[in-house]
Amino acid sequence: MTLYLQNARIIDPEAGTETVGNVILDGGVIAAIGQASAPAGAEVIDCDGKCLAPGIVDIGVKVCEPGERHKESFRSAGLAAAAGGVTTMVTRPDTTPAIDTPELLEFVTRRAAEVSPVRIRHMAALTKGREGREMVEVGFMLDAGAVAFTDCDNVVTSTKVASRCFTYARSLGALVIGHPQDPGLSAGAAVTNGKFASLRGLPGVHPMAERMGFDRDMALVEMTGVRYHADQITSARTLPALEQAKRNGLDVTAGVSIHHLTLNELDVGDYRTFFKVTPPLRSEDDRLAMVEAVASGLIDIISSMHTPQDEESKRLPFEEAASGAVALETFLPAAMRLYHAGAMDLPTLFRAMSLNPAKRLGLPQGRMAEGAPADLVLFDPDAPFLLDRFTLRSKSKNTPFDGQRMEGRVLATFVGGQQVFRAGE
Amino acid sequence: MTFRARHLLGIEHLAPDEIRRVLDLADSYVDVNRRTMKQSDALAGMTQINMFFEASTRTQASFELAGKRLGADVMNMSVAQSSVKKGETLIDTAMTLNAMQPDLLVVRHPSSGAVNLLAEKVNCAVLNAGDGRHEHPTQALLDALTIRRAKGRIQRLTVAICGDIAHSRVARSNLILLGKMENRVRLIGPPTLMPTGVADFGCEVYDDMREGLEGADVVMMLRLQKERMDGAFIPSEREYYHRYGLDAEKLAYAKPDAIVMHPGPMNRGVEIDGTLADDINRSVIQEQVEMGVAVRMACMDLLARNLRAERGRAAVGVMA
Repeated sequence: MTLYLQNARIIDPEAGTETVGNVILDGGVIAAIGQASAPAGAEVIDCDGKCLAPGIVDIGVKVCEPGERHKESFRSAGLAAAAGGVTTMVTRPDTTPAIDTPELLEFVTRRAAEVSPVRIRHMAALTKGREGREMVEVGFMLDAGAVAFTDCDNVVTSTKVASRCFTYARSLGALVIGHPQDPGLSAGAAVTNGKFASLRGLPGVHPMAERMGFDRDMALVEMTGVRYHADQITSARTLPALEQAKRNGLDVTAGVSIHHLTLNELDVGDYRTFFKVTPPLRSEDDRLAMVEAVASGLIDIISSMHTPQDEESKRLPFEEAASGAVALETFLPAAMRLYHAGAMDLPTLFRAMSLNPAKRLGLPQGRMAEGAPADLVLFDPDAPFLLDRFTLRSKSKNTPFDGQRMEGRVLATFVGGQQVFRAGE
Repeated sequence: MTFRARHLLGIEHLAPDEIRRVLDLADSYVDVNRRTMKQSDALAGMTQINMFFEASTRTQASFELAGKRLGADVMNMSVAQSSVKKGETLIDTAMTLNAMQPDLLVVRHPSSGAVNLLAEKVNCAVLNAGDGRHEHPTQALLDALTIRRAKGRIQRLTVAICGDIAHSRVARSNLILLGKMENRVRLIGPPTLMPTGVADFGCEVYDDMREGLEGADVVMMLRLQKERMDGAFIPSEREYYHRYGLDAEKLAYAKPDAIVMHPGPMNRGVEIDGTLADDINRSVIQEQVEMGVAVRMACMDLLARNLRAERGRAAVGVMA
């Protein structure tokens, strides 16, 4: 079927432009962009001057299958993603059990394809059981469709194991995703060091732990030549090291979570566990530095780091409470805060949310170009609403934005030229 | 001068006039406690449950005695006998107790913020008897009362708090209270036992004890927990005692009439010299224990008054 999206404010992250025009979707791809009139028989959707951008490619989504389907399933995550304008979810392997064999990878791939309205690609663990001892079958897993290898927030502490994994991955051209954090210094931490942590009496970690982890990984990258992506850079202290690594020509990219761009450590307030994430929220200075780094392109990718947790895991004293926040549906509205604050324009935002993550994983998505997959999001950047967490489609409702005023709403989501979400339905 | 709080979760939430209100009422309870006939009926008919998720002797005994002297029915629930061991969550335990209709819940818990969490879920007044490294408000209040009685005032004093500041809820509550009452606070200890960002608290930080004690009116020692040795916080007890143990020689740097305080239990020869601790001319450690009962009586009395008023308003609301 042919779709004719007329009168849209078209966001092109590659060209860095916004233009008003029409977009034709046909055969699963973008057939035309510009002033073309509606082809015969096409279904016409009036965009009413609202924004049309390449759908979000979200690296690092936790879907709790297998193991904790009561927290999130491929179906609920898929519905949430569609409602949030996320057209490709790239899932994390930190499930129970971890995705560390080709058989498990095939299982989740099949499950995902059966029930999700959006595209799902999978990452695999780097070591068996994410225990940092034995390497997974990188070759078989690549053949089975793994787009990247990561132990998530379990840092491979042995540099010997890490160097071998990196070297082996390098030989197959696999992308490794690291969690830059010194595991010793950050052990037991619930918040970031500082006045707030001290006042609340919570164990903190110095942001330097992130730099240490990053420096170590950069030495390993230089040594092995592996393609490397840092899942989350959250501290200003890491930025010079990232800049240096890129200048030295290492094949390195970096990400940041939407929460670290829009919230700071003080949001924890009186022990609000929905604000407990990994790494912990940072100071306002750090937050501003991260926003600037995304705007300048030093940080390449913004992720939701969607991490569902049920009420039981969060209704505990702060130190004991589980870490993580759901974000698929709040990703775009939260990102609009950066746009409304004047920190970056929409093409820049979608460069970090759609184009760069797709490019890094070698996916054809993320572009507003003729011939590119017709994965698009139509949204109103100005639509205000009050977020009620119980309206979220995720099975888990642990969002830090509960009760907050948001601006920016997804109106429709298209995947492969098919409309998979329309607001109000 | 009113005391408005519904719970006593921390000094952070108290205004200076509320602190003064507690201290004034506690003063009167000191007199009551020194009489042979100590009974009052301030909490008559009320039920007080002491819920201690962490071992405690003196604080629990002090709260129990305070409740009994005010005429409350007091029940002690220690973690050893509790269903927490059977996997029940903190919230469920709280809800279960709440269903028994207590009026006052005294809680100690090893996690910072646990008492705040619990207070959100129950209908009664909650008193924090120490949560993790967060706050221990009745300790700070009893320290303030002790100081006020010894020094005649609780403002414009130089107070040195010495020892393991980082892990101490007593230090945090005292720091906040003394700041609110406009005192000069100095923190003394090895940098490994100092909380981060401490310079932003509006206090002075010293790692040299003699410098820190210079001209102090009050010297507050903190207990050094033995397990700190494992985490490489300090090299040894003897080096700690040498550098940060309070003895007559170091105390000589403080004002000649400076008082010595310790929240107990003491490690004699680790953070304080035994003879000094027993010196009735300098040490007010025994007074602190006495003030503890009076302060806890005052806190529970005030919270009970607010609770009665609140229930009274609710009842009128129902009738209207």
